[in-house]
Amino acid sequence: MKDLIVKNGRIIDPANNFDAVGDILVRDGVVKQVGTTVSAGPGSEIIDARGKVVCPGFVDLHCHLRQPGYEAKETIATGTRAAAKGGFTTICCMPNTNPPLDNLPLVEFVKSLAEKEGAIRVLPIGCITRGRKGEELSDMAEMSGAGVIGFSDDGNYVKNARLMKCAMEYSQPLGLPIIEHCEDPDLAIDGQMNEGIIATRLGLCGIPNAAEEVAVARDILLAQLTGAHLHIAHLSTKGSVELLRWAKQRDIRVTGEVAPHHLTLTEERVLGYNTAAKVNPPLRTKTDIEALIDGLNDGTIDIIATDHAPHSLNDKLCEFGAAASGISGFETMLGSLMNLVATGKITLPLLIAKLTSGPGRLLGGRFGSLTPGATADITIFDPGAEWTVDSGKFISKGKNTPLQGETLKGKVILTVFGGAVVFTDDVKTP
Amino acid sequence: MPSKVVITSDEMRRSIARMAHEIVERNKSTENLLLVGMRTRGVPLAKRLAANIATFEKIPVTVGALDFTLYRDDLNQRQPSVKGTDIPGTIDGKAVVLVDDVLFTGRSARAAMDALIDLGRPEVIQLAVLVDRGHRELPIRADYVGKNIPSSKDEDVQVKLAETDGMDEVRVASQE
Amino acid sequence: MIRSEQIEPCAAAEHSGAWARRHVLDIEDFSVPEIELVMQTTSAMKEILSRPLKKVPALRGKTVVTLFYEASTRTRGSFEMAAKHLSADVVNMTAQASSVTKGESLINTLNTIEAIGADIIIMRHPLSGAHYCAAPHVKANLVNAGDGWHAHPTQALLDLYTILNRKGRIAGLKVVIVGDVKHSRVAHSNIWCLTKMGANVVVCGPPTLLPEGLKTAQLLFPGIGVETNIEKAVKDADVVMELRLQKERMQSGLLPGLRDFIAGYQLDSKRLALTKPDSIVMHPGPVNEDVELAADVLHGGRSVVNDQVTNGVAVRMAILYLLAGSREQ
Repeated sequence: MKDLIVKNGRIIDPANNFDAVGDILVRDGVVKQVGTTVSAGPGSEIIDARGKVVCPGFVDLHCHLRQPGYEAKETIATGTRAAAKGGFTTICCMPNTNPPLDNLPLVEFVKSLAEKEGAIRVLPIGCITRGRKGEELSDMAEMSGAGVIGFSDDGNYVKNARLMKCAMEYSQPLGLPIIEHCEDPDLAIDGQMNEGIIATRLGLCGIPNAAEEVAVARDILLAQLTGAHLHIAHLSTKGSVELLRWAKQRDIRVTGEVAPHHLTLTEERVLGYNTAAKVNPPLRTKTDIEALIDGLNDGTIDIIATDHAPHSLNDKLCEFGAAASGISGFETMLGSLMNLVATGKITLPLLIAKLTSGPGRLLGGRFGSLTPGATADITIFDPGAEWTVDSGKFISKGKNTPLQGETLKGKVILTVFGGAVVFTDDVKTP
Repeated sequence: MPSKVVITSDEMRRSIARMAHEIVERNKSTENLLLVGMRTRGVPLAKRLAANIATFEKIPVTVGALDFTLYRDDLNQRQPSVKGTDIPGTIDGKAVVLVDDVLFTGRSARAAMDALIDLGRPEVIQLAVLVDRGHRELPIRADYVGKNIPSSKDEDVQVKLAETDGMDEVRVASQE
Repeated sequence: MIRSEQIEPCAAAEHSGAWARRHVLDIEDFSVPEIELVMQTTSAMKEILSRPLKKVPALRGKTVVTLFYEASTRTRGSFEMAAKHLSADVVNMTAQASSVTKGESLINTLNTIEAIGADIIIMRHPLSGAHYCAAPHVKANLVNAGDGWHAHPTQALLDLYTILNRKGRIAGLKVVIVGDVKHSRVAHSNIWCLTKMGANVVVCGPPTLLPEGLKTAQLLFPGIGVETNIEKAVKDADVVMELRLQKERMQSGLLPGLRDFIAGYQLDSKRLALTKPDSIVMHPGPVNEDVELAADVLHGGRSVVNDQVTNGVAVRMAILYLLAGSREQ
């Protein structure tokens, strides 16, 4: 394998508190040297990253690859390539496939498929309960042996508090987090979007913030009781951020993630019955967005995760009430979030931390850094490149984006996975 | 668009007076007479005819307004606003004089007659127009004509009435 | 006497050209001139309804299809009557509600009906916004005859016409809408339409049946008030509109029971006495007699419930007529 040298980029590696212009040397798929000028040996491949940002490959703790069962929406082959285009090198896939990933053979199947057909690293998440039905625990210990990185019934809340307590107790010695989709199903019943005047105008049943917060509160208290690691998926409300902050102040083992769309889009996007903006949890309000950004800045929220949820055309080309929830998020993640940097809401190193070292820490520090000796997962992006979202050009099978036709600033130019280039932007930037 | 006046205010007044006399002469009794203006400009014309008749016959004449929009044969091309029909009493057995400003293809008169017949069974229907400009597309003729104005098909005959346009005048405009 | 009713705001107005609409999906997006044009056209249509021969040839050769995914007798009958008065051919199609989520998609169904030869499709659907999903994909004119909790535009227009007809104006009137406002497309469309025309609308009902966000929506929709006490709400009202109460509301825990609702929200003669002496009582129907309206109020002199039904046919004639001409644009 040829040496790979990335030259003159602004290297941002939050795990090592590194932010300076310099070079990176990759040898045999491993980061060899970071920061100092590297002189190119004969036959080494050189990437000129002048004016670009060079950082650890992004890590997505929450996505849906749909395989097995929903191959019309996405496959591991298409999903991992779309993720690579979005700058990701490690992605964790949710188990709400068909059948759901609730036992060892299924986890092994996804892992082998990912190794054979995937472009990047895929780490599966196992179900908390068998069939995601919320009735009995899945084979958690067995699945942990196969390498799942946590347990989640994502899409469903584990409604039975006693069962959730058992799941936390069971997961704790396994050293893996419970990743909870916090939404009380009774409070959210028939819900289609955020509760409020827009839902009233559209005649759609609203989902109150409390549907999420009630669930977040319960699980925080159960985490306190059991000492287990609770990771709250896709936080969307101000109240949830406050609860999480309260929990962290009490040293309860809880972490939280937020999705790009909940940081950038509000419920107004649904006007006109725009099914592309139908997502669960729903898009909320400006007040919630501000609280979520505050949560990122003060460390309450550890991670940004896409909740990439691809759907086929007909899943969205229908009545709003019948449409599937979810946004195809891999390929617009960076562009949409760079606006928060441009408007001064968050800093660039903070954004990168929430995409690399934040999720990396949850994964035991194995990924999301440029520490010499680490596997060479590197993302290079142009923070100033403007581009227009055209879902027709998505690699993902899911063309469902509320950002269609919008101009974003910030574009991934090159993604390196294990020392090999897995994505290059075909449009040459000057 | 060049245009020239073909009926002045004075000429219009005289034409209407003459038509009023003709209507009385033809219908013998004014009691059975009902003047129905075709919306829009037929309505003020009908009122003027009625006022003339009332002056020299000393008998009030009933006037109504007919909206025949829903009977037009060109509804697919445009959807003109419907303002409604307003005819006092019944039309059964009446001598109805339909009044319009311009008689051209005859299609409006056809639609108006259909609209009228749906409202009842008049004894007779007559047609009074201020201007007959020719170019009929249907076998229809006017019983009372203010003035015959031969025109070419692409000329535009513009009738202005004090009640709707602030002045009395008829102009012919050519398309160039 | 053959006469169109004189509707005040439109008497002098010239509205031709105000109509550029291919579909009627909602009332919230109607402009004031559009609403006034509908009112003017409705009064002309109402004159036709008073004739012995209630038929004009305006829509001769046009085919109107009613497609109802929810049971309805009055709305469907009203549209059918309206279309027939205008000489259109009418085909009634009933779809099973279960086919909404499985099998043929809505867009495919509508395209099929179009291929059969529909010029105007009148649709009722249990899901809010179903018409918005379909409209970009159909060439026929689409009319919303009710969608979920969202809108029932022709009902709002016929209610507006009925109030105008009785009161001669809308601006400044106090209109109180009582009952299950949250789940009522009739209430929603009336709120947007009436406030747009300058009425002060007070919605009144049990807290569990009031829509979310209305109280904070004053900036967006000035003229909306929210009240849970009916005595306070109907005081000096010009119009009281009671809404139909669905039995499911009790089953789903939103209401303790019928007796409680009647005690709190029925319009009876005692409560009616708190309104203005010339107030009118409305209901979109069908009325649960002695639930929303006490029998003596429903059948009393202030009730305009039957006017609403008649005006409904005229309003729907107006909408069909106006849409028929917009097809080629």
